[in-house]
Amino acid sequence: MADPLDYLRGFAVTFKKLFEDRVTGDYRGGKAKQGAPDEKRPKPERFHGRHVLNRYEDGMEKCIGCELCAGVCPAKCIYVRGADNDPDDPTSPGERFGYVYEINYLRCIHCDLCVEACPTQAITESKLFEFSFTNRNDAIYTKNELVVGDDGMPQKMPWEDWREGEDQLTSGWMRATSPAGDHRYEGTVHWAGELGYGVRAPEVGQSSPLAVRADDGGSGAEAPSDSNEDSHE
Amino acid sequence: MILGLDPLYGGDFLGDLGVTLLKVVVAFVFLLISVMLMVWFERKLISDMQNRIGPSIAGPWGILQTLADGIKLFFKEDLVPDNADRFAFKLAPYLSLVPAFLVFSVVPLGGDFNGSDGDGVVTLFGHDTFLQVADPPMGILFFLAMSSIAIYGVMLAGWGSGSKYPLLGSVRASAQMVSYEAALGLAIAAVVLQTGSLSTHDMVIDQAAPGFSLGSFGIPNWNIIVTGFVPFVVFLIAGTAELNRPPFDLVEAEQELVGGFHTEYSSIRFALFFLAEFMNTITMSAVIVTLFLGGPAGPALFLPEGWWIGTIWFFLKLFIFLFMFVWFRATLPRFRYDQLMDLGWKLLIPLSLAWFLMLAGLRVGDAEDWGTAKTYGFVLGFMAFCGLMATLLMAAINSARSERLAAMEDSHG
Repeated sequence: MADPLDYLRGFAVTFKKLFEDRVTGDYRGGKAKQGAPDEKRPKPERFHGRHVLNRYEDGMEKCIGCELCAGVCPAKCIYVRGADNDPDDPTSPGERFGYVYEINYLRCIHCDLCVEACPTQAITESKLFEFSFTNRNDAIYTKNELVVGDDGMPQKMPWEDWREGEDQLTSGWMRATSPAGDHRYEGTVHWAGELGYGVRAPEVGQSSPLAVRADDGGSGAEAPSDSNEDSHE
Repeated sequence: MILGLDPLYGGDFLGDLGVTLLKVVVAFVFLLISVMLMVWFERKLISDMQNRIGPSIAGPWGILQTLADGIKLFFKEDLVPDNADRFAFKLAPYLSLVPAFLVFSVVPLGGDFNGSDGDGVVTLFGHDTFLQVADPPMGILFFLAMSSIAIYGVMLAGWGSGSKYPLLGSVRASAQMVSYEAALGLAIAAVVLQTGSLSTHDMVIDQAAPGFSLGSFGIPNWNIIVTGFVPFVVFLIAGTAELNRPPFDLVEAEQELVGGFHTEYSSIRFALFFLAEFMNTITMSAVIVTLFLGGPAGPALFLPEGWWIGTIWFFLKLFIFLFMFVWFRATLPRFRYDQLMDLGWKLLIPLSLAWFLMLAGLRVGDAEDWGTAKTYGFVLGFMAFCGLMATLLMAAINSARSERLAAMEDSHG
């Protein structure tokens, strides 16, 4: 038999909550009238949001059209077709580039397996999840929409709710223990430089990318393709 | 006089009609607006109790949220399921809404009960009247009758939907409301015994009378004190069950029955159920205030005289109960069906019945001049008798249960 006073203690708990701080913010999805509050909560470092397709510091696209992301996708929401680069005017530094790249956000479950599979760190996830589209065409993001602009920032669709500072560092943090699939880089930052930002600083517990590069003898831009070849042998 | 004890009637016909219509319209509009505010208040308060913000966009502090929801519901498609019994399905929302409105007509909303004459009569446009829509001689019975009719709304909604979840919900609802109606009635009987009248106006006048006083500090003659608190608690619990509000909301237990009896309802018919539900909360609070807390008759204290003082007191007390109902909802988890029936039949009904008998005995003692010793002897003896009976009953129930369990174990090997 429970102590009858416990019922009253429950009432005291709910009454005390009246005077506590609110855990929710005044979020209005960017549709607030002028002057009305519209807060977003800060998101975690490794938040899985809308994807971006990154570019190297020299403006080349990182995607090589290998379709590993499409292969690993459990929701089958990614469609990629590769094509040979024009030798005179290459789109990516390798032999091939992704000339079709589509993600269907009606299917995407934001599991980030594509990001882990990508050998060139071309696809990463930003922290944006407030992009409620209103028709099925908008739901399918094409390569033109996914690839970062010339300033290294993601492109902003009209239905997306980007706020100040949210378009920074959208290439995300390194998620796999051994990025680019190379066991030698386990626990080590091995992050290619990217347009607008350069090479990402290491996370807590990771060694500096510069130290590895000294071992490896490679440069930032070449490193991914080198290690990729190693792992395929 | 069928129409009531109101001093209004008997004057010129057109004047009486005008004043009555005015009162009806005011009560109607007041109830609609207060439902709107109540829904908002409940959502806001329960958000506060759950560390949330709650509605905040429509109007200042989201106060127009209910209006926005209402407009949305009006423009939704009105569906009648194929299997529905169309007549019952369409009738049901009105059966729950109309009684909710009607009950409010017997509640005294104001009037000067503490003043020198203290009969609660106000003068509207030269007509003496009470600040309540009607004061029929059977007053509080009207409340019981209307709350019984409201059960038909829930029952017909479940039956008429032609769907299993609403049916389950309405079966639960009728069982629950019928069994708690008994406790509700017995709690009211204690008040009626005290007042000696069924008229709500008479009840307020009775409670406005000077009560027992400790030196210069007078305790109000409210029924919550005079009837010894137990009928009040019983009424509050049974009233919550009657309203199908948490923790007794297993009529529409979302996790078990989708939406309960109103699962198949949409658009304006759903809005009517919703309106009725919250209107019932307000009228039930108003009835509790009238029955147990003196209605518009506040403690005289330092306040000036005037009919509006009564109204202020009434709203203050009403607000306490509205807050309480929301507080219940925020705090108490839902009862299981057997717990609900146990509480109703094994605790509330015997308790309120015994208490009613004891109050009746005390009144008999008062009338027969038994004196203090004999009266207290009677009370103690009666309580001992009730305790003995309760113990015997519990022993019987427990032994029956253990025998049943033993039999089950035997049959299972």
